Amino acid sequence: MTSLPKTTERQLGLAIDLDSCVGCQACVTSCKEWNTGGHMAPLTDLDPYGENPDGVWFNRVHTYEQVTETKSRTIHFPRSCLHCAEPACVTVCPTGASYKRQSDGIVLVDEDKCIGCKLCSWACPYGAREFDDDVGVMKKCTLCIDRIYNENLPEENRVPACVAACPTGARHFGDFSDPDSAVSVLSRERGGVELMAELGYRPTNRYLPPRARACGDNNIAPLEAVAGEGGLLGWIDRLLSR
Amino acid sequence: MLAFLSYQLCQGSASVMTEPRPFRGANSRPSQRPLADTRAPQENDGVQTSPLVSDRIAKSTCYMCACRCGIDVHIRDGKVRYIEGNKDHPVNQGVLCGKGSAGIMQHYSPARLHKPLLRVGPRGEGAFREIEWEEALTIASTRLAHIRATDPRKLAFFTGRDQSQALTSWWAKQFGTPNFAAHGGFCSVNMAAGGLYSVGGSFWEFGEPDWDNTRYFMLFGVAEDHDSNPIKIGLGKLKARGVKIVSINPCRTGYNAIADDWIGIRPGTDGLFVLALVHELLQAGKIDLDYLSRYTNAPQLVIREAGAADDGLFVRGQDGEALVWDSLRNAPISARDGQAKPKLSGSFEVEGRHVVPVFQLIAERYLKADYAPDAVAERCGIPAATIRRIAAELAHVAFKEEIELPVAWTDWAGRRHDTIKGRPVSMHAMRGISAHSNGFHTCRAIHLLQVLLGTIEVPGGFRFRPPFPKPVPPPDKPHGKDGGRPNTPLGGSPLGFVTDPEDLLIDADGNAVRIDKAYSWEAPFAAHGLMHRVIRNAWAADPYRIDTLFLYMANMAWNSSMNTAETIAMLTDKGDDGEYRIPFIIYSDAYHSETVAYADLVLPDTTYLERHDCISLLDRPISHADGPADAIRQPVVLPDRDVRAFQTVLIDLGARLKLPGFVEADGQAKYRDYADYIVRHERAPGIGPLAGWRGEDGSADGRGAPNPEQLTRYIEHGGFWHKTLSPEQRFYKMANQAYLEFATHMGFLARPEPIIFQLYSEPLQKFRLAALGHGKVVPPDAMRARIETYFDPLPFWYAPFEEDGLKEGDFPLHALTQRPMHMYHSWGSQNAWLRQITSENRLFVHRQTAVRLGLADDDWVWVESRSGKVKGQIRLVDGVNPDTVWTWNAIGKRRGTWGLKENAPEASKGFLLNHAIADLLPEDTNGVRHSNSDPVTGQAAWFDLRVRLKKCTAAEGSFSEPVFAPIKRPDGLGPLPDKLAFGAEFRRRGGA
Repeated sequence: MTSLPKTTERQLGLAIDLDSCVGCQACVTSCKEWNTGGHMAPLTDLDPYGENPDGVWFNRVHTYEQVTETKSRTIHFPRSCLHCAEPACVTVCPTGASYKRQSDGIVLVDEDKCIGCKLCSWACPYGAREFDDDVGVMKKCTLCIDRIYNENLPEENRVPACVAACPTGARHFGDFSDPDSAVSVLSRERGGVELMAELGYRPTNRYLPPRARACGDNNIAPLEAVAGEGGLLGWIDRLLSR
Repeated sequence: MLAFLSYQLCQGSASVMTEPRPFRGANSRPSQRPLADTRAPQENDGVQTSPLVSDRIAKSTCYMCACRCGIDVHIRDGKVRYIEGNKDHPVNQGVLCGKGSAGIMQHYSPARLHKPLLRVGPRGEGAFREIEWEEALTIASTRLAHIRATDPRKLAFFTGRDQSQALTSWWAKQFGTPNFAAHGGFCSVNMAAGGLYSVGGSFWEFGEPDWDNTRYFMLFGVAEDHDSNPIKIGLGKLKARGVKIVSINPCRTGYNAIADDWIGIRPGTDGLFVLALVHELLQAGKIDLDYLSRYTNAPQLVIREAGAADDGLFVRGQDGEALVWDSLRNAPISARDGQAKPKLSGSFEVEGRHVVPVFQLIAERYLKADYAPDAVAERCGIPAATIRRIAAELAHVAFKEEIELPVAWTDWAGRRHDTIKGRPVSMHAMRGISAHSNGFHTCRAIHLLQVLLGTIEVPGGFRFRPPFPKPVPPPDKPHGKDGGRPNTPLGGSPLGFVTDPEDLLIDADGNAVRIDKAYSWEAPFAAHGLMHRVIRNAWAADPYRIDTLFLYMANMAWNSSMNTAETIAMLTDKGDDGEYRIPFIIYSDAYHSETVAYADLVLPDTTYLERHDCISLLDRPISHADGPADAIRQPVVLPDRDVRAFQTVLIDLGARLKLPGFVEADGQAKYRDYADYIVRHERAPGIGPLAGWRGEDGSADGRGAPNPEQLTRYIEHGGFWHKTLSPEQRFYKMANQAYLEFATHMGFLARPEPIIFQLYSEPLQKFRLAALGHGKVVPPDAMRARIETYFDPLPFWYAPFEEDGLKEGDFPLHALTQRPMHMYHSWGSQNAWLRQITSENRLFVHRQTAVRLGLADDDWVWVESRSGKVKGQIRLVDGVNPDTVWTWNAIGKRRGTWGLKENAPEASKGFLLNHAIADLLPEDTNGVRHSNSDPVTGQAAWFDLRVRLKKCTAAEGSFSEPVFAPIKRPDGLGPLPDKLAFGAEFRRRGGA
């Protein structure tokens, strides 16, 4: 079993805005495109042109409907590793392959130590682990560790690929251990939620819930027909003759 | 000192994009920026945090759809490593959609064609022989030369998602055939024409909401798509500001899912809904009278003399200008008189003619009870209270939340305005509106609504992107009325805008001149041509037999045609002489699409990363409301196959045919390739495909001599050119003197004259008069009632044609398609990553509807229309209009195509609704079967489809139908891999 750092110096993660996610898959494919040549490369695709194409993805978007007696809505839900403060995928790992970085809180897999036992994927309640059958190794979101510190990229590009690509700007990145960081402030203001907090893994990523929607509950008065002789045309005539 | 000088030099050449900004692009909010300290911490876990990403970055333009975003392509060891958005680009500001971010798999797709192909077996089987380019070009040019020397109209040249229409239409003109168009006729010509005939522009590339200032946004019929990233960026901005988004769409997907208010309207009734809003606003007097008087033809005087030859036309002064009734002088004066205080209502007499202002006609029509919310609610599937509420909200934002920018400007009449006023309501509409047989009038209705509220070209409203607005309609007429003459160019472009029956491309007997019957009585305002009618007409030799059908990038043997099975049969049908009825088909595409098998000669195109292109202001621009822009593509990597860019091939063919403009005086080819053409071609003196860095020294914008270094300048500046308008030029472009002068300098307008919005359309009335027997050119008897009805000068609503003669309960459901965002316009199924997201499509059915029909989730059903049936599997949902079913379009593929294995779910479970969409309507009272299209523009009415569902029996199996024979994959394309490990090589070399 692998132990966790007692504390981390930083706790990096994402805030994902469910109020503006339109389910376009840009975060999904930009992630795939970066990471298939990145730290855990490749993100292998089996049977890519056949009956059951099945590849490794670090980020997936699920679309579903939430229907209650009073409301019904369609939700696009991007799902990737939440870089938990107490990740079960790490503590369950028999070899130390899964680990949480003390410096920034990113949860990674050391492929050289991974024996492909898949215990971590059973332990993770969020389904964030992706097994690469081709090499027999577990892979996962790295929070683009090869982008966010990459001296070969211009400084302004040192953000996760999904954050850079998202066309509605629904993805945010930063240090959640700093209560004054922009991402912490945003999450607070928007009531960011931990996914399945009751399980106790203390995920770092936050989901910003859909805002209350203004559909009819405003105080705008109904329109009234113009008063006076001649209806609209009479009204206009009087107005323009002034 | 030196430092100061270089600073000055930088400033001197600076455009907006080079101003120093710490964080660029759309995603640069504080919570989207890098860490304050991006130095890698000491973790000692061996992670390489700074691998080399690329040897070089090439800036080009995406081609995964028509959005045309700027891309930074990272190249490592000659291979594409990564594609990301260009932060400076005016279209996408650094973001990139799901398709663009999967561009690598498009580029390295195993569906790519490798070499020219000549058919050896029967058409449709896919048996080809690989040939050399010289042989291919000789075959093509020999055949085309004969056609041109004898009867040029026997060449029908139609292009699909062509982004080089400025070249392809000019080539057709120089060849001398009127039979040219791109895919607009089956895509969105109603949207384009509806806008261009009303306000001089339309939605999408014609304009955009003022995302930064709008306070109320209405989105009509947008199917996940047009235009991709700008809308998504805009929605993100609205969300950040808490602006209300109202979506009117039968399907609650994508953008509609995040709207505050989703109005699940019945398909084809948007026009009725919009005109009910107009009714409410008029009744309450919530309209902008000042705006109407100054910028629209609302005050212009229309002759009201029933039965007269000039009934419904404008009364005009001696200078030809329309007149208005001036309330100060109580007399008619020119509408161009800036001092007029025109009447909007009343009834007057001018030169013995009884006249009324346009607005009087508007009020009379839309105040009628027919358009009251209570009258339309049931038909639209929207409660009357909701319609009244939306009208009240629109009025509230437009008139109680007016905004004002502290910028002075001068209008065309010389009136100085101290501020720019705006009513911050904005709208966007797209294919859900246009792909109906009532789409043209519905588009006009939306523009009427915007104009009545005074929201076009104002802060917070809908804004045009230069070169729009254009005069209403643009001044170019279609050419080729004589059908083309041997070895002679047409007098002008084959496509244009008719304003009078005399402009129609018909012969003395009233018959169509074009093979697609565009600009005939069947589709008079066919501004984009009618590609969806070409194959049937060519097969039927109606109005004449053609020789060669030359197609580019249009999947006409599959998802781009209605009535697919019969279309395929027409492509392979032979006459009594044993010859194919469509004698010769040339097709150019980069990929092994379904249509390849139906070609006699295949010209393999490059991918978008292997070519030069220009995204030209002469074609479909990528401008921003704050200024014009254009861009290039450059070969980022070289082809590893024997393929050539289609545009270069077309220029080569032009030279072989010795088309004027394609050869020098001595007969030698004028252009080396497309790149050479882009730089040196001049459409008018000083005006060429690209507007940036013109003039011999590259210092001119818009107009200037060709600059041999132009492409180099584009590459140095990120692949695009963008001119930012001055603050005083940015709004009220239709009437803003400073903007009108700029537009004239750039060649967008012939003269700096105001553009008056045409709420009442005189060109439509001229056609109506012709139907009543007035004028030199009148429709044949059988067409008169149709022309009279649908050429109404004011927008109106009528039921989609599919509903005519429909008996209660016959086909009770509407059936629609849309593309998933990650595949829209993108030839996506051969993309190994995108197909993992969607490789089969379901028919989405409302839960309550399913209960009523005895259907359960996952059932297989027959989707039956009056003309065909399709088998597919259903998925129950809540977020859809209950009388509507829908599916993802073009996921279903034909076995053997697109580099997919024969057991791919795209072919076994995916289905194409097109099989059930008729291309012809049932016989009318005259026994004529009209095209399933809008009667004004000829736009294909895809979304009029009505169906019923029938549960399949267990014996009918779990596979989609109809089933077609598989198409053979050309041998040269090589085997399909069982595994992709793309990128492994970059990691191995990561630290190098």
